[in-house]
Amino acid sequence: MLWKKQIPLAITFIMGLILGIQYFVPSSTSDWVFDEYRTWGIIIGLFGSVLAYISFYRAHGMRIKKKAPAWPFSVVAIAMSLAMAFVGFAFGREENTVFMNMYTYILVPIEGTMFSLLAFYISSAAYRAFRARSAQATALLVAAVIVMLGRVPLGEQISFWHKLWPALPTFTDIANWILNVPNMAAKRGMGLGIGLGIMMLSLKIVLGIERSYMGSGE
Amino acid sequence: MHISINPWVWLGVFFTFSVLSFLYKDNPFYKLAEHVTVGVSIGYGMVIIWHNALIPRFYMPVFQEGKLILIIPAILGLMMILRIVPKYSWLSRYAICFSVGGGAGLAIPRSMQASVLRQLEATMLDLGFTTTQGINNIVIFVGVLAVLIYFFFSKEHKGVFGGIAKLGIWFLMVGFGATFGYTVMARLSLFIGRVLFVLQDFLGINLAG
Amino acid sequence: MAEDARKKTFWERLIQIDRRVIYLIIALAMILPFFFQMGLPIPVTKEVKDIYDHIEALTPNDVVILSADFDPSVSPELLPMFDALFRHCLKKDVKTIAMSLYIQGPGLIAPIIQEAAKDYQKVNGVDYVFMPWIYGYTLVVMDMMEDLKATFPTDYYGTRIEDIPIVKKIENYEDYDLIVCFTGSSSYAWWLLYAHEPYGVPMATGVTAVSAADIYPYIQSGQYIGMLGGLKGAAEYETLINEKRMATMGMEAQNWAHIVIILFIIIGNIGYMAIARKK
Repeated sequence: MLWKKQIPLAITFIMGLILGIQYFVPSSTSDWVFDEYRTWGIIIGLFGSVLAYISFYRAHGMRIKKKAPAWPFSVVAIAMSLAMAFVGFAFGREENTVFMNMYTYILVPIEGTMFSLLAFYISSAAYRAFRARSAQATALLVAAVIVMLGRVPLGEQISFWHKLWPALPTFTDIANWILNVPNMAAKRGMGLGIGLGIMMLSLKIVLGIERSYMGSGE
Repeated sequence: MHISINPWVWLGVFFTFSVLSFLYKDNPFYKLAEHVTVGVSIGYGMVIIWHNALIPRFYMPVFQEGKLILIIPAILGLMMILRIVPKYSWLSRYAICFSVGGGAGLAIPRSMQASVLRQLEATMLDLGFTTTQGINNIVIFVGVLAVLIYFFFSKEHKGVFGGIAKLGIWFLMVGFGATFGYTVMARLSLFIGRVLFVLQDFLGINLAG
Repeated sequence: MAEDARKKTFWERLIQIDRRVIYLIIALAMILPFFFQMGLPIPVTKEVKDIYDHIEALTPNDVVILSADFDPSVSPELLPMFDALFRHCLKKDVKTIAMSLYIQGPGLIAPIIQEAAKDYQKVNGVDYVFMPWIYGYTLVVMDMMEDLKATFPTDYYGTRIEDIPIVKKIENYEDYDLIVCFTGSSSYAWWLLYAHEPYGVPMATGVTAVSAADIYPYIQSGQYIGMLGGLKGAAEYETLINEKRMATMGMEAQNWAHIVIILFIIIGNIGYMAIARKK
């Protein structure tokens, strides 16, 4: 129990205390602790990242072994990872090498296109789900439409009233006001809550009240 | 129009359309692209971590500069791997506690300063009804207060308190609307990026002119 | 059964239209404008102009850090921003440190850097320096505030840091005059918490449009000098430096796609109200 729980919790407490105080008490000792923490933290993270790679091969290896549905794709994933690593280590990673071409013409297009699918989903959502069901939902909808029009050059052009009477604001002006005033107030209120939340969670971790990061088991 | 003769560009276009085919329905081409990208990113990570991190930040300091003390964090990091061995998973806690404890200690004063104190300070504004800025400042002040009250659940949202909380919902709705309005642009931009790749890099269409 | 058998009204049929028809319409709205460009002027917002003015006021001895903290998933929005600011820095002859806290970031900006350097006839290591990815995220931010050379033992191309002329006089946070982080995640907060607040280095950010509305409290508080929000922010910056490139081109498509989505919202709501009234 001592080795499995108390000592790890003591490490959390001591590290949290020292680095929390370091912000307020700049001295050669606290600076030394701060420097060493950064160096150690980077190396721990580096070696710890091996876990991610082991997990990848373990998960796909299990799928192949169990002949899970669509298991041949796991063979593809493992083969591609080994091929990428091989070309990177064997032929270098400068411009126009196989490694960089695989990055530029395989990884970038696939990742980019996967996220671009969201353009279609948001269009469908706008058509099917974005409804003025209540007064508050209407406020959301109106704010959204004005910001949309105020963010594209066409919004400025179709603000015909501004051409007739320049004192009246364009869609761009109204969008800027929404973003800088009511939106800003709402986001600040939320941000204050998040900031206090981060502080409280950090404090709970340092004091050993929050322990879920340690994982289950003894 | 000059269609590219670079086979890599053709491969990029093939994978672009493989992923887009998912819009019609799930299919093997999409699944292939999905697994290829996972594999390639893992391989990419291994090579970059080796060359850009392990060699300069660990190998060189330890084996060329003699900083043997760095072997200790390396062992701690490797202990994290024991996370997948149930019997010894508790050993991974040493490294996790070192990093999490330190990270929490660093976050407390900085978060307090950047996300709370500076933000509160910026809400103390010149209020007034004579200028546009003064009126805007009132809206900001009232809005922040109303949103904070909406998120305060230790008192029942009734009476004046409930009314202010309701006002907070209106501010939040406008805020969410603004986020949605901007999000449309974000999502469209991602597809526009792919269109530019196909039109310019693959089909060789000069769009600038 | 009786419900199914009932003849659907015009609005019901319109509301229940196949999603793939919607996909086709929005795809055309994003593709066709490239062939029928309108070239509308792009109004510049204060948030973007403030960043431009800050860089305009810098001198050749000043140092700007441009951190491309993103991966390919959001690069169509953020790469044009990085491109525009990097070009502005080269034009102004300020010492520029290009880097990324994300492992896939350097590969994305490498061709952009090379092209801009070629256009402005600038040399890596002399006019700017391109740093490699180093593991550590917030630890890297704190590390480079304390000691730049210890953080990056080499540049992206493998040249030893002590052999790079531009970094000879750059030690730590005291030498940095502006940090701009381009991100689709929360890394703008990392730089804010671990660089701007404790060390006081002026900061600005370029974010995806999804996060743009969240940044305004930090601009109003003066913690950020300004912000580039989404492709529009990048297009505004291209307008300011007078180089119409990727973002300006993309805004042509944004115009029509936005109008189509607004029409979708209007038609969807009219249909919803018509059906609700009938019920």
